[in-house]
Amino acid sequence: MAGDDPVRMAEYLGIDHRFIDGTMVGGSSFEFHVQHAAAAIREGLCDTVLISYGSDYLSRMGRTLGTGGFRRSHHVDGPDQFDAPFGNSLVGAYAMVAQRHMHAFGTRPEQLAEIAVGVREFAALNPDAMYRDPLTVDDVLASRMIADPLHKLDCCVISDGGGAVVLTTAERARDLDVPPVYVLGAAGAQTHWGISQMPDFTRSAAARCGPEAFARAGLRPDDVDTLQLYDSFTITVLVLLEDLGFCDKGQGGAFVADGHLRRGGRLPLNTDGGGLSACHPGMRGIFLLIEAVRQLRGRAGAAQVPDARVALACGSGGWLSAIGTVLLGREHP
Amino acid sequence: MEVEHAEHWQRPLPAPDAAAAPFWQAAARGELIFQQCRRCGHRQHYPRALCTACGGDPAWQTASGRGRIHTFTVIRQYGGKPFRDELPYVVAIVELDEGVRMMGNVTGCDVAQVQIGMAVEAYAIVAAEGVGVPFWRPAAIAADGGRRATQTR
Repeated sequence: MAGDDPVRMAEYLGIDHRFIDGTMVGGSSFEFHVQHAAAAIREGLCDTVLISYGSDYLSRMGRTLGTGGFRRSHHVDGPDQFDAPFGNSLVGAYAMVAQRHMHAFGTRPEQLAEIAVGVREFAALNPDAMYRDPLTVDDVLASRMIADPLHKLDCCVISDGGGAVVLTTAERARDLDVPPVYVLGAAGAQTHWGISQMPDFTRSAAARCGPEAFARAGLRPDDVDTLQLYDSFTITVLVLLEDLGFCDKGQGGAFVADGHLRRGGRLPLNTDGGGLSACHPGMRGIFLLIEAVRQLRGRAGAAQVPDARVALACGSGGWLSAIGTVLLGREHP
Repeated sequence: MEVEHAEHWQRPLPAPDAAAAPFWQAAARGELIFQQCRRCGHRQHYPRALCTACGGDPAWQTASGRGRIHTFTVIRQYGGKPFRDELPYVVAIVELDEGVRMMGNVTGCDVAQVQIGMAVEAYAIVAAEGVGVPFWRPAAIAADGGRRATQTR
């Protein structure tokens, strides 16, 4: 859990922990937790780690997260005082990235829309997904503009939700009655926090932590069978794809338009329906890990990627600010 | 830069610390300033207690008040006041001629006219005592002999 949630949860459940981590970097916190937990287990600080998350954001706050509902105080201090007077929204921050990407590389709105369409195909297979009706590129482009160039259907849903992941030693995992999934490599990095400090509006910290995670796993992008990328917005996926090395910088639009990320493609994306269609309770990173594990255990039902052996989960926290990459595999490294 | 006075400032108000206060005070006087390191020359915004490049001591420099739009968005949905009463509006990252970037609103033209690379100039609105907030509008006439610097679609 992130922030001070873990100490509260430890008290509530009566857990006498030997290791605790409340790293809070936004929606990618859970990818950072995996990196930290795996290191702690390797170091012998503890044997088993519970990573968990729960949020009733929709019930409590409504659909206000992306469009200004999160700002409360009149007086703003710290770095945010230089942004707060101008009424940018969370959607607006990602929209600035999309705008710059389109300017630099000619990326088109229909290429971004393709991401939402492909993820919706998987949502149709998930009975728990929030939106399951088929979607077309025209539907996305016809949905109202929230912050140019991002339409409503370029944006993730707001939902309630929660989940948990248990990490333990490989030795202990062998005794369990579920197939183990191994952490092959994990890394995290940050380029900025506030959007106005983003050094390159077309490049995220995935360009650093992606190659690091691959190096630790001894793998390359070609080895990945399914992608679970943080789809807060369609542009988030596009930037992460490029930065992780699945295509060259600037080629993300053409790459997704080729249909690689669709059901039946060579790199199925967000097979649970993603944040764009299934669930996004504010910080979605835990679900990337859960869906990657379901795929590697062969328990993803109709959305199962045939013979999935390696999955990549990549979370984005803040405004493409803090990125965490985790490579998971079916076989002991 | 020109200075206007807000009759009734309803937006979030900067609550400056020691590092930030000179920026807002200067803007209230019509000066746009940014930090440059005394030791390594690195330029930065927002203002900080030290240089992010070398840890040195930043000094203040006065900017020309001119820049270009590096990226932007048009906000068309916003939940909170006062912004929801001002929709649609432009939020941009402006790259100053001096190289540093800052967030701001671009006013004084239709939102459809705004594009990346557009030349803009700063003006300030005084929000409270000693707090001037920089805003941006299309740079109507460039200094070099009246060439129209504003790019339009």
